Amino acid sequence: MPHPDDVGPVPSAPLPPLPGHVSRGRLERVLRRGEFAVTAEINPPDSADPDEIELRVKPFEGWVDAINATDGSGANCHMSSVAVSALLIRLGYSPVTQISCRDHNRIAIQGNVLGAAALGVANILCLTGDGVQAGDHPEAKPVFDLDSTALLQTIRMMRDEGKFLSGRKITGPPQVFVGAAENPFALPYDFRPIRLAKKIAAGAQFIQTQYCYDIPLMQRFMTRACDMGLDKQCFILAGVGPLASAKAAKWIRANVPGVHIPDEVIARMEGAKNQKTEGKRICVELIQQLRAMPGVSGIHLMAYKQEESIAEIVRQSGVLSGRTPWRRDLVATTQAVESQGAL
Amino acid sequence: MRPQDAFAHTGVARAPLPPGSLRLWSVSHAAGLASFYRKFERFLGKLDPIFRWIGYDQMEKPMATLERAVKAKLFDCRMCGQCVLSSTGLSCPMNCPKGLRNGPCGGVRANGNCEVHPAMPCVWVQAFKGAELMGSVAKMGEALPPIDQRKSGKSTWLQAAKAHAAS
Repeated sequence: MPHPDDVGPVPSAPLPPLPGHVSRGRLERVLRRGEFAVTAEINPPDSADPDEIELRVKPFEGWVDAINATDGSGANCHMSSVAVSALLIRLGYSPVTQISCRDHNRIAIQGNVLGAAALGVANILCLTGDGVQAGDHPEAKPVFDLDSTALLQTIRMMRDEGKFLSGRKITGPPQVFVGAAENPFALPYDFRPIRLAKKIAAGAQFIQTQYCYDIPLMQRFMTRACDMGLDKQCFILAGVGPLASAKAAKWIRANVPGVHIPDEVIARMEGAKNQKTEGKRICVELIQQLRAMPGVSGIHLMAYKQEESIAEIVRQSGVLSGRTPWRRDLVATTQAVESQGAL
Repeated sequence: MRPQDAFAHTGVARAPLPPGSLRLWSVSHAAGLASFYRKFERFLGKLDPIFRWIGYDQMEKPMATLERAVKAKLFDCRMCGQCVLSSTGLSCPMNCPKGLRNGPCGGVRANGNCEVHPAMPCVWVQAFKGAELMGSVAKMGEALPPIDQRKSGKSTWLQAAKAHAAS
């Protein structure tokens, strides 16, 4: 059963407030309880059909604590992250709304933060965003009015001081758990922990990293982060994802900004009889190694076009340790029990 | 249009490294240049009475022109008007195609080059090198506020003169 703190009377409404929590969402509760969190990500549809959202998340319902709604990831156009989040909330799920600085200036972004929070968004991930050259509209104008660190400062100011960047008052501040990304696998390696500290100082409460395929590099990053005490100041979720084939792995390495896949991983994929199964096996092994790494508070699964494999990977990895994240039918059961009256 | 031309908006380099650019040299000589600048800043502070006599507003245009000429050559300066070179190892963050002022994005290539301009060394990888030479890596850990677009084109040397005279 899901933890009672994670179940409210109405699944689509914010949970009753808890002391010491900035948000009324499930993700913050899971992390603050010290449970190993699992988040997953969906790429929003190229469609105005809301049913496509449900189709994408249904296969892993009950296996993740929150679902990231990406914001034009890879600089490709999709349904907006705020709209996807609102649709997920309608179904009862907990979204992590990603906000990238590439497509909006500070006026639009702050408006979106208020709008998202009003629609029930409890978690926001602040990103700089991929350059427009990476996506399907390379001729577009990149905005980058803020960077991810400035965006963190902005949202924290909105939430804690109840003010816009301009200083103007916000009557109902957004109660959001704020996160950021980090890439321990990109140069300069020794600057990455400093950058993490900077993001925490700017307001980051949780971190979701880029895909991890290189445990020694991750270990190097985490050792430094733990030495600096950063694991105590924010929750670090390691990014993972199954590779579909050796060919896909090579393509990702060459074309997706910031993804580092060591040669050994590609060699192992090439040597496998069934590459897709091997990709999942590697992912499960990585999750188990990350689970054992001091300072890692959870994993973030990015299974692009392989959403159907998320449940299987989480189950096989055993990281939930028998725990059941929120899901619709269990809430229905809880409500059914409650409706029979108090003991 | 070439995709990289899409980045030719305010404050962003059209060509990754302009011909005759000294910015990589400047980063590798960050320690010496930074110590020179500290002396220059003191000198600017001494000029404050003259600037006040002429009028800071009158000085804005000639000073900005001079500053642009010098800093464009040395750092490919974009005249953001709120210079942070001392916090970025003398690598101007405005040459980052994403205009990042708080550190590198996650897209830095394995060879240390830019995600957007594959032929250009990442401004922030350079910044880290420069900061190590200057002994100012810790300073790079301080979060900078969002940029003020209104200051674009203004002289920071004049601001430094004013600030130095006031201190």
